[in-house]
Amino acid sequence: MSDLMSVVDWSRAQFALTAMYHWLFVPLTLGLSVIVAVMETIYYRTRSERWLAITKFWMLLFGINFAAGVATGIILEFEFGSNWSNYSWFVGDIFGAPLAIEGLLAFFMESTFVAVMFFGWKKVSPRFHLAATWLTAIGASISALWILIANAWMQYPVGMEFDPEQMRNVMDDFRAVALSPVAMHKFCHAVFSGWALAGVFVLGVSCWFLLKKRNRDMALRSMKVGGWIGMAGMLLTMWSGDGSALDVARVQPMKLAAMEGLYEGKCGQEIVAFGILNPEKTAENDADAYLFDISIPKGLSFLATHDFNAFVPGINDLIDGIELTPEGDTIRTDSYAERIAIGLKAHEALRAFDTAAAAGDSTAMASAAAKLKENYRYFGYGYLESPYDAVPPVALTFYSFHLMVILGGYLLIFFIVALWIVYRRPSALGHKWILWLGMLTIPVVYVCSQAGWVTAEVGRQPWIIQDLMPVQAAISDISTGAVMITFWMFAAVFTAFMAAEVGIMLKQISKGSKSDYESLKD
Amino acid sequence: MKPENTPSKRKWISRAIDMYIDGFRNMTVGRTLWALIIIKVVVLLAVFKLLFFPNVLSNNYDTDQERAEAVRKSLIDNR
Repeated sequence: MSDLMSVVDWSRAQFALTAMYHWLFVPLTLGLSVIVAVMETIYYRTRSERWLAITKFWMLLFGINFAAGVATGIILEFEFGSNWSNYSWFVGDIFGAPLAIEGLLAFFMESTFVAVMFFGWKKVSPRFHLAATWLTAIGASISALWILIANAWMQYPVGMEFDPEQMRNVMDDFRAVALSPVAMHKFCHAVFSGWALAGVFVLGVSCWFLLKKRNRDMALRSMKVGGWIGMAGMLLTMWSGDGSALDVARVQPMKLAAMEGLYEGKCGQEIVAFGILNPEKTAENDADAYLFDISIPKGLSFLATHDFNAFVPGINDLIDGIELTPEGDTIRTDSYAERIAIGLKAHEALRAFDTAAAAGDSTAMASAAAKLKENYRYFGYGYLESPYDAVPPVALTFYSFHLMVILGGYLLIFFIVALWIVYRRPSALGHKWILWLGMLTIPVVYVCSQAGWVTAEVGRQPWIIQDLMPVQAAISDISTGAVMITFWMFAAVFTAFMAAEVGIMLKQISKGSKSDYESLKD
Repeated sequence: MKPENTPSKRKWISRAIDMYIDGFRNMTVGRTLWALIIIKVVVLLAVFKLLFFPNVLSNNYDTDQERAEAVRKSLIDNR
């Protein structure tokens, strides 16, 4: 068992490494494509040579980031087949269909329109070029949509029926999968956070121009577009984050409890604005949850249900079977001990199905399949040894969530102040510390973005598919050593690629700052 | 009914091909980026995929039925 856990842990670490590396490039592609499209729209309307130069500069940085991100996502698919073969078979077409659509869209839309963006300046009409730039931005977001639909299904599996003969979940309602509210909120949250990230990127790079006293007008115009798109992205990220919080409270209440380090819930539950968890605290003891905390009264109740006085269940309440209905009412449902018993019944039925299939007894197969269907909703709980195994790593979930929220709050203030300075107090841009703050906010926004994914993915542990499959059941029969070796190989190769790509990006930023922009007509 | 390849359609296709040819020929930073993409794809597909990331079920079993049985056995015995 300990050896099996090692394979699971290393495989999870490897998946986290590759997914987080992939996510370094994706949000900038999503956001910068929109910023470039807005800049080109201004050029199209004004025919200003300066706006053309600005558009081409940021389009080049978009291209470098796009190229850096190429093929980084495909590694995740390799890992599904090698490390997570049980899982990839079990999810079957449900995961395959969105990913196939994403692959086709990404290939045809992006490869066609990105080519027009870069090669088509003097080959197609300005109107067609502008359309290609906007379609690249839209295509990138549509690609993200399908990936997030697949991810959302893992967090909230709907629209399928399990077939024990195929050992797969078979999609029976595409609409339910594609239009799942969890998917829609996730999509908005991820895409708009990309706008915010790209907005910070544009502001930060522009601050560097100003620090070097190069192409000031180019920097100021870029800051206006980047600032507004970033601000819009930040506000929309907060709006969609509110929707995601309602979803989490409804379909993954254990994740919400872990995000807040909440063990015993109550009506009018406060939210921790800042806190330090007590490392001794577990669901099995009575120690205080926090060493220190600053809380906002009734905040979590409002976040989870939009009702200041609603009950929010904690980790121990959930283990005891107290949950919220979709309408926000408190109900008593199956305790986790009962869920484990139901999961074991489902396993027993699957075993009976296997025996009947081997004997060719179709009547017994049908009977076992019916019993499996009846208990399937808690299939994954049958792999847990104790109800406490269903509790995610609280500390990592809590700190990553709070880091995301605190940094998100800082970013909103950052955009407000940046726009105020650019429009009302451009003289403040003569202060070096302000420019350095702008530049240093670039790593801050990346940390914020990654922290969001850590919250979403660590907070749903142990589930790879909510309630149906824990990570230890999803793993392939492979050795720990093989996964460890590839983990370190990935780390080394990714670091080398990253260094090369960042080097190219920095060189082009420097070159852009030295361009003869000032001589261009407006 | 219009014939399949009208002169305007042929002209459009040849313009699109010209755009790609000229674009690739006149690349500057693009050459470095393409070199990087090609190296990356070779490393990922030819080295990692072939040597380190076999598709366990596809390689070990010939039919979907065998794969389903293998997953069923694994999930039954996993606890």
